[in-house]
Amino acid sequence: MGFRLTNAPIDPSVLMEALRDVRTGACATFEGRVRDHNEGRAVRALEYEAYAPLAESEGSRILAEALGKFHAAEAVCVHRTGSLALGDVAVWVAVTAGHRAAAFDACRFIIDEVKARVPIWKKEHYADGASEWINCATGAARG
Amino acid sequence: MKTVRVRYFAILREQRGLDEESVATAAATAAELYEELRVRHRFTLPAERLRVAVNDEFGSWGAAVRDGDALVFAPPVAGG
Repeated sequence: MGFRLTNAPIDPSVLMEALRDVRTGACATFEGRVRDHNEGRAVRALEYEAYAPLAESEGSRILAEALGKFHAAEAVCVHRTGSLALGDVAVWVAVTAGHRAAAFDACRFIIDEVKARVPIWKKEHYADGASEWINCATGAARG
Repeated sequence: MKTVRVRYFAILREQRGLDEESVATAAATAAELYEELRVRHRFTLPAERLRVAVNDEFGSWGAAVRDGDALVFAPPVAGG
């Protein structure tokens, strides 16, 4: 299944069905959800925007790196785009492996690398009506 | 002069007011092109905060800009 972007709600139970394999004894998952606050500000909604072709190629590269590095069997990552409400699943990662250590380690590696490398941007909308692109603030751009 | 296609995302898209545009430029490198656009459109992010992608692959700031290239100046990412 690899890495993909979707502008529809992520349903982990559906995604899990594709990962059933009796040859693997471990499946680790990570679910990133929209939180109601960030750095002291009350958040009311989020939007994600992606540079799709490069996000998909970089995301696929990360999954391949994880499989090779940790000898995991399968890895999946689905990331939302568009408008999200509080509690919505923003990103979902799953890794299957023979044993738990590889599954946990690969899952952690994938979410860390996705956050650092994949061209996806997050705009937070705050309860006070302001909004901001995360990590894009400069002295002149705040507010 | 050459003509390149520039796509904008996130804060740069909002500051430019466009998703993409065709730009006629004499810039030799991606770094020169960004500087030209940054001044013209008053982009707040300096090049040091961005990564450049050429034809849908991450590239280097010093790479030559060729006629027909598609460039993206990627703001700091924030997925997850």
